[in-house]
Amino acid sequence: MAVLHWATISPFLLAILIPFLYKYARPIHTGWFVLLLPLVLFVYFIQQLPVTSNGGVIEHSVPWVPSLGIHFNVYLDGLSLLFALLITGIGTLVVLYSIYYLSKKKEQLNNFYVYLLMFMGAMLGVVLSDNLIVLYVFWELTSLASSLLISYWYHREKSTYGAQKSMLITVFGGFSMLGGFSLLYVMTGTFSIREIIANVDLVTSSSLFLPAMLLVLLGAFTKSAQFPFHIWLPDAMEAPTPVSAYLHSATMVKAGIYLVARLTPVFGGAAEWFWLLAGFGIVTLCWGSISAVRQKDLKSILAYSTISQLGLIMCLLGLGSASLYYGPGTDTSMYTIATLAAIFHLINHATFKGSLFMTAGIIDHETGTRDIRKLGGLMTIMPITFTISLIGLASMAGLPPFNGFLSKEMFFTGVLNTSELTIFNMQTWGIIFPVLAWVASVFTFVYCMITFFKTFTGKFKPENYDVKVHEAPIGMLISPIILGSLVVIFGLFPNLLAYTLINPAMEAILPSLLTEGEVFHIDIYLWHGFNLELFMTIGVILCGTLIYLMMHKWSKMAFYLKERDPLNLVYDKGLDGVIKGSQVVTRIQMTGLLRDYFVYMCVFMIVLFGYTMFRYDAFAIDTVNVTSIAPYMWILTIVFIGSTLVIPFINHRITAIIVVGVIGFLLALYFVIFRAPDLALTQLLVETVTVVLFMLAFYHLPELRKESFKPRFNIVNLLISIGVGGLVTAIAFSSFALGNETNFESISEYFIANSKELAGGYNMVNVILVDFRGLDTLLEVLVLGIAALGVIALIKLRLTGREDV
Amino acid sequence: MKIIKSNDMMLHTTTRVVTFIILSFSVYLFFAGHNNPGGGFIGGLMTASALLLMYLAFDMKSMKKALPFNYTSLIAVGLLIAIATGVNSMLFGYPFLTQFFEYYQLPILGETELTTALPFDLGVYLVVVGIALTIILTIAEDDK
Repeated sequence: MAVLHWATISPFLLAILIPFLYKYARPIHTGWFVLLLPLVLFVYFIQQLPVTSNGGVIEHSVPWVPSLGIHFNVYLDGLSLLFALLITGIGTLVVLYSIYYLSKKKEQLNNFYVYLLMFMGAMLGVVLSDNLIVLYVFWELTSLASSLLISYWYHREKSTYGAQKSMLITVFGGFSMLGGFSLLYVMTGTFSIREIIANVDLVTSSSLFLPAMLLVLLGAFTKSAQFPFHIWLPDAMEAPTPVSAYLHSATMVKAGIYLVARLTPVFGGAAEWFWLLAGFGIVTLCWGSISAVRQKDLKSILAYSTISQLGLIMCLLGLGSASLYYGPGTDTSMYTIATLAAIFHLINHATFKGSLFMTAGIIDHETGTRDIRKLGGLMTIMPITFTISLIGLASMAGLPPFNGFLSKEMFFTGVLNTSELTIFNMQTWGIIFPVLAWVASVFTFVYCMITFFKTFTGKFKPENYDVKVHEAPIGMLISPIILGSLVVIFGLFPNLLAYTLINPAMEAILPSLLTEGEVFHIDIYLWHGFNLELFMTIGVILCGTLIYLMMHKWSKMAFYLKERDPLNLVYDKGLDGVIKGSQVVTRIQMTGLLRDYFVYMCVFMIVLFGYTMFRYDAFAIDTVNVTSIAPYMWILTIVFIGSTLVIPFINHRITAIIVVGVIGFLLALYFVIFRAPDLALTQLLVETVTVVLFMLAFYHLPELRKESFKPRFNIVNLLISIGVGGLVTAIAFSSFALGNETNFESISEYFIANSKELAGGYNMVNVILVDFRGLDTLLEVLVLGIAALGVIALIKLRLTGREDV
Repeated sequence: MKIIKSNDMMLHTTTRVVTFIILSFSVYLFFAGHNNPGGGFIGGLMTASALLLMYLAFDMKSMKKALPFNYTSLIAVGLLIAIATGVNSMLFGYPFLTQFFEYYQLPILGETELTTALPFDLGVYLVVVGIALTIILTIAEDDK
């Protein structure tokens, strides 16, 4: 275990302590204890900057399930470090913010911080692990933590609805992703990302290339809220605002971006990868920004804006992957600028969107509402919040001199450059990218203006609020102030990031383009001179302002009045259908009659075994090695069969029990004859205990009455019973015959030879139970325990009516 | 358990004697398990049947006084012991549930084989006793 391992699991370890800290240090806000950890981790990751900016990596391995190639490998390169810094950096600020946001008297802080730490650890695990299976485990943990945090105020119906939605959608994607990972394993024989990248030829030449890509992308798209899976993100806004700022804008939703960036060396360069990423990205960008315009809730605007910005980054990653098509040697800087813009915008988005979410939270916290129809005139009342929001919104709208302007210009450069590509049919379709990008930017500008003017300007109406409105306490303002200053600093000095963070991350995304010692050339300037990008921006500002000024006209249109995404209908109807459908299926098969369940099991057994035997032509009878049967065995067998045949004709319960007991004891006798004392003993004891059980059950059973069956029903049952009996007999004969034929060594020889040698016991049965097959035994007793709990649940917690469960 | 009030003098007296014989035999079976017929599962079932005999002979109230056990937690304890023996081998770098054995000279017993399978078997034993009694007593206590 190296330091990096500990860094990954330290949030989980702290999470274990949180409930105790909450209970025994109640007067201190639990957040103060939590705050230390992300801060320490952030400092630790900052210290790793020189390593990655010089092209180095840190890697350590701890075997987890070595036989399956699953190792807890941590791997830190530029891309991982960028995300690790985001997670711990924003994490620190969010925890600080949450200390003031969540009251220590009213809120269940222990739950909140346990989930938050769980998320932090899981997210670090996602970005730091090199093993796909470990990555998957952490990935699902982030979904779980996110869903728990969304339903943090679980008494609200909307919260649980949002939590369920996010869970269903992201876990669905996660499962698909696991399928994609498995396919990658099938192609390359390893789960290690680095080894897969090293063997990329195996992947690209395989016929599974496309299925694997689609499955992995499904995971990334659901997580990163890409169209049409984005519908969970607006509903996730029911979470407390620190969570929205942290999970649903800065980190978790970027896990999909991370995955795409991480696997670009594997899939990049293919036309499908390019088109899927760029296509879905640009559609998400447009859809998100247009939907954001019609929202009336501050956080909903930010949610749709996050969706559209995620689409922008996804699109840029897709456009940038075109450079891998050309490979090293050619000048690809025209296209790699898209990747550069993606990473730069990722950082910028985290800063301005984080600060915007925090200010939205402040407004909600201090005024009690987030509805832009009620808000207004807050400029003079909340001057600091106003300033931070102004910076954040200006950056998001793409105005100079903030960082959003730089990445938006670069985004335009990226789409313009790639629209001139001559591969992947871009000659025909290339032009749609700049057009759509420009349209989306106009709407981005519009919703930024709406948010700004509706919240801060106009007349302040005190009657709209239930509380007295005032500026937030300074503790709550620290985090957004820091993020807001970063927006300005990155805007004025973008090259601070160029070779420390952006270049190492680009090297991780596009490794094959560089030869040894080479770096990507990164120059970010505020002023490029008068070029097409600048004119596009000016156009955006003019058009956006015009549309905003005409708002009183189009705000009466149906488009503006309906807030909910129409795609939600599909989800709601689908979920309803699934629930109804499963109820129907359950009602058909769960009749409540044991007899029916026996029929299911037996029929299934006949079909499965019968088909298998038939398919492999396994029916055989061998009479060569049969010894003669001793007379007492004949007697025993006849009594055995006779008592079995008698049972269906008995009308008295006691008699039936006794006859069943007789069968059980006869079976024990068989075990004795065939010299299996352990089995005989067990059988005898089980019979004894069963007798007691039966006696008890009598108290509760109704009188046994003679039932009259319809003849057809009887015949079906008879056929099934004969079928099972016949099949089992056939299997017994066949296995004996085939065993003689192929002459393979029975496994018992191994146990006979080794039970003393390897396990130090003469009783082979017991040695198998506790040693050779110890895990089986452990799981069997576990099943027994679960069965006992089931009995308790059935009897003690009996349901009163006919509840639909 | 709903036993009809009656004076089962014979049953009570014999139960007292027989239970101890069965119990001690079950302990023997448990320890003999590694080299002779027996083991945790069989020993557990036999202990359970001895206890059940007592529950049959005496009424529930006095049994609760005599054996104030919560059999449900016995299941958990048994499972924990079994899992702990498995984890134990991991601490020494072996795979989960690797069992070890060694011969020792012990006072009184002489040369004895000690195995890690024994605590594992003890876990099985406890689970079996626990589930048998939990299931049966739960059904017995249910009076509807």
